[in-house]
Amino acid sequence: MTRPEKPWINPYLGGVLLGLVLFAAFFITGNGLGASGGFQRIWAWLEDVVASGHVDRTGYLAAYAGGDKNPLDLWIVPLLIGVPVGGFLSSWFSGRFKVRTGKGPNISVRTRWAAAFVGGTIMGFGARFARGCTSGQALSGGAVLSVGSWAFMFAMFAGGYAVAWFVRKLWT
Amino acid sequence: MFLTLAIAPFPIEADLGKWLAYGLYLIIGILFGTALEQAGFAYSPNLAAQFYLKDMRVLKVMFTAIITAMTLIFLSSGIGILDYTKLFVDPTYLWPGIVGGIIMGVGFTIGGFCPGTSATAAATGSIDALFYLGGIFTGIFVFGETVDSFATFWYGWSMGRFTLPEWLHVSTGTTVVLVILFAFVFFWAAEWFEKKYGGVDPKALPKARYVGAGAFLVVGLLVMFIGQPGWEQRWDRVATQKNEVLANREVQIEPGELLELMNNNKIKLVMLDVRPEAEFNMFHLAWARQVDPTAEAVDALVPELLDNPGKTAIVAMGNGEEEATEAWKVLVAQDVPNVYILAGGLNGWLDIFAGSDIHPVTYPVAGDQARFVFPTAIGSGYSASNPDPEEYDLEYTTKVKLAEQTGPTAGGCG
Repeated sequence: MTRPEKPWINPYLGGVLLGLVLFAAFFITGNGLGASGGFQRIWAWLEDVVASGHVDRTGYLAAYAGGDKNPLDLWIVPLLIGVPVGGFLSSWFSGRFKVRTGKGPNISVRTRWAAAFVGGTIMGFGARFARGCTSGQALSGGAVLSVGSWAFMFAMFAGGYAVAWFVRKLWT
Repeated sequence: MFLTLAIAPFPIEADLGKWLAYGLYLIIGILFGTALEQAGFAYSPNLAAQFYLKDMRVLKVMFTAIITAMTLIFLSSGIGILDYTKLFVDPTYLWPGIVGGIIMGVGFTIGGFCPGTSATAAATGSIDALFYLGGIFTGIFVFGETVDSFATFWYGWSMGRFTLPEWLHVSTGTTVVLVILFAFVFFWAAEWFEKKYGGVDPKALPKARYVGAGAFLVVGLLVMFIGQPGWEQRWDRVATQKNEVLANREVQIEPGELLELMNNNKIKLVMLDVRPEAEFNMFHLAWARQVDPTAEAVDALVPELLDNPGKTAIVAMGNGEEEATEAWKVLVAQDVPNVYILAGGLNGWLDIFAGSDIHPVTYPVAGDQARFVFPTAIGSGYSASNPDPEEYDLEYTTKVKLAEQTGPTAGGCG
């Protein structure tokens, strides 16, 4: 079964859609959207399974999974589980589900995979450093007018542009 | 009537039970993933193009999403169906946030995703997103193992719930309009770059976006015109219930209980002395803080008091109870938790604790006038300012029950 591939929607319209979801989340639950906090909790859970004592002795990790605490027992975890479900359904019904590697035209698939891993590592570290990622800080905090979130957002764009020229081979 | 009783956001975990509430979060997550995928955020070259000024999709989607949600949030708050103070606002840790943001920007450009988009992309068949996800867990692991070595920096520059209107010293409505205009400037710049570097013909872009921009501006100005509810409107919503609390004397704590709180290291005590400064300078309790006895002065403290940790008791005190009760109303209307009133005021306090240096006046005084005279203005230098709890054996009914903050406490990326 193949559905005809539809183009992505206009970015402004996409923004309104995303904004409505964000508003609904705040209106109903008081919480915005988030992602990296869910990843942190899944990781803390894994680490607690294999090295419980270590987690209990590390202050930062103990806050998530110390003693009897279940790090998965917070709203952000079911929310994060929903994200790929939505991504799959949306891509499937729009004919965009495709096994592929998104990359620039002048690098190999393997180079792209390596860059994705390295970039993900930097991002994972940075997202915890910033206490939130693009969703939890920039989008959610930005909409409720947090000063720190706006400062974060500009810092993120600045970081991206600062390094873009040096890694231009990856994308252009 | 319904609206005055049930104001969003709703305590869904208490109302629906945890599993139904989590089901709701799952649905929100599904909609989130759907919106990201539809917007083209599940394909890494789309995201990376932002940093090469060819396709400014990331900026357009993000800023449009922010102004959409922002406008609706403050419109709802303005017409009284949403309580902004109960929304989770990412606390500001200024420099850690900026450094983290720069690191993330680097990771964004190299990796081609951010965390939420990689989770979406992985489910649309993007293999690069799987490698990226592996990287995220690695980065999180490294952070958790190393954060202790830079904890001083990471916990520094903490400014709590600090919002743009507070920073700019303008009203919330004005801020909403400014942010909308600010976004327009960025959209204009984005389209200029797309024309220059991406070869996009601006005439080919849909004209409807001007209609959308006009709609945002109109609603933004409406939000500014309506304004945000002040403490008085908020008090009206809860007056019936809270007047009963006052009448039952559920929050008026006796001197004995305050003395106990002053010597209890396990909680944070904030004492608000709502007498004029001159009286405060003559005599006040140790560590008490003077606030002018006006609703505006008390209201100005709200953002700071909302930022207190869970185990904080706030006790308002005047000479009698009238001024303190007025202050209590302002704070309670603004959802500041754990606010109490010193029963009998400082007059009643001094009836018990005044030493030989402080004398009652010989003429009758009205409720909120000082009933004692002080020989010199030594503030908290009197023994009655910080009585030794060992010397007194006072009976009282315990009234302080510290509720945790009512709003979401672990939101965002908690």
